[in-house]
Amino acid sequence: MMNSADAATGAAVIVDDLHVKRGGTAVLDGLSLAVPSGAIVGLLGPSGSGKTTLMRSIVGVQVVASGSIEVLGLPAGSAPLRTRVAYVTQQASVYDDLTVRQNLAYFRRVLGAPASDVDRVIERTDLGTVVDRLVGSLSGGQRGRVSLAAALLGEPEVLVLDEPTVGLDPVLRVQLWELFRSLADDGATLLVSSHVMDEAKRCDRLLLMRDGELLADDTVEGLLAFTGTDDVETAFLRLIERGAPDLPSREPDRPRRARHAAEPEEPEHLDAADGEVSPGTSPGTSAESGPEATR
Amino acid sequence: MNLARTFATTGRVLSQIRHDPRTIGLLLVVPSLLIGLVAWIFTDTDVFDQIGPAMIALFPFIVMFLVTSIATLRERRSGTLERLLSMPMGRGDFLLGYALAFGLLAVAQTAIAVSFAVWVCGLDITGSIWLLFAVAVADAVLGTALGLLASAFARTEFQVVQFMPLLVLPQILLCGIFIPRDQLPPVLETISEWLPLSFAIDALQAVAADSESAEWILSKVLVIVAWIVGSIVLGSITLRRRTP
Repeated sequence: MMNSADAATGAAVIVDDLHVKRGGTAVLDGLSLAVPSGAIVGLLGPSGSGKTTLMRSIVGVQVVASGSIEVLGLPAGSAPLRTRVAYVTQQASVYDDLTVRQNLAYFRRVLGAPASDVDRVIERTDLGTVVDRLVGSLSGGQRGRVSLAAALLGEPEVLVLDEPTVGLDPVLRVQLWELFRSLADDGATLLVSSHVMDEAKRCDRLLLMRDGELLADDTVEGLLAFTGTDDVETAFLRLIERGAPDLPSREPDRPRRARHAAEPEEPEHLDAADGEVSPGTSPGTSAESGPEATR
Repeated sequence: MNLARTFATTGRVLSQIRHDPRTIGLLLVVPSLLIGLVAWIFTDTDVFDQIGPAMIALFPFIVMFLVTSIATLRERRSGTLERLLSMPMGRGDFLLGYALAFGLLAVAQTAIAVSFAVWVCGLDITGSIWLLFAVAVADAVLGTALGLLASAFARTEFQVVQFMPLLVLPQILLCGIFIPRDQLPPVLETISEWLPLSFAIDALQAVAADSESAEWILSKVLVIVAWIVGSIVLGSITLRRRTP
């Protein structure tokens, strides 16, 4: 499944010095990162940290001010990528006034995927019992799964999933992560955003974002070891408190990251946290005593 | 251009509407009801015979404009447009798929409106009823095409709604219903000569009175078709894959 051209770098997505403005303000201001092929990469950060903007940029639906994004060795958003990269938005982007099957049949025809794909993705997302129901009559979680099922059509090589597990009960969340794992085992690359820190441990690598900047790019174990914590949420806070010397620099074999790491972080920007870091944060964590967060 | 994707979109839009019987009912019946209302208002005069043909052009045109621009707006709001544009869906395929779906509805709607005007309201048509039908369908599809253009151009729902008065009302004011076009001030008359609705009204009135040849009427239809094609082409250029 993996393009031979990418095999050399091992990266499915390479973002270099990305600048994006939305509504006149810089949302991403010089972001550089790489997403390794065939891995599940968690994109974590509070709401408003620029996760969705980054994902939209990678998919090629975001107006980008400057910087380059390569996906599978091609410029993001270029025509050949439109069948190879799938994007699931936060809100289920499916037709409420069509049945599950009609939705999937339509997207399948648009993608030019084989007809048998519809049944395959219904099976994989466990929608078998509701195929003939109108999507508008389904629960939020089911609608989200229809949206995900549509993204699985045509077996894309890169899946960009924006908060796919929001509002799901724990059982479904576990099932979805099992699905993600099996997709990665089949060779797909997944970039999954979440603001739920405990989903992080299911990822092969983590990208921690805050205010449009990358705080960390490491494996879960590496992050925990570096911060001396035993859960990702605390690690995240610790990084913000410390003013985070960049983690990626510990890995000299990853030139892209090292390049990014070379850029000094502004301490006053990073040593503050507010209650927005995660909804799960209990009030009164040490990070909150820091000065007013720069927005 | 990819016909498979265009037809897939047409089929999808039609199945969406099929799940909404009330919309089908409204779409098919509202123009006829309005024509009936106009006929009723002018019961004891001969006004309806003069403006009746224009009403056949007007009501389907407005209804199709509104329905189409709202339908594509919904597509934008639900995120499905963004999804489609991140897939190998051509912008032209998308708009043409919509135009075909609503064009089919326009045919049904116009057939009912023409039949209702002629056989129920007693509209006097001297010329060919088929020509009348052809002009009216072209006009309703024009409403669809302009609605697609408006929603491709607009970035928000407020903008879409305001394109209705901007694109539709001036055409109605200048098309010769309120005052014959040759009595307009010269500048407005020149403008009105370029507006597609004027061609439709001229053609319908000519069919009703049987005052012109079929070739003359078809040449008017051709201009309307050119406007339809132009709107869809312009719409597909305006529609953006990347948004801010």
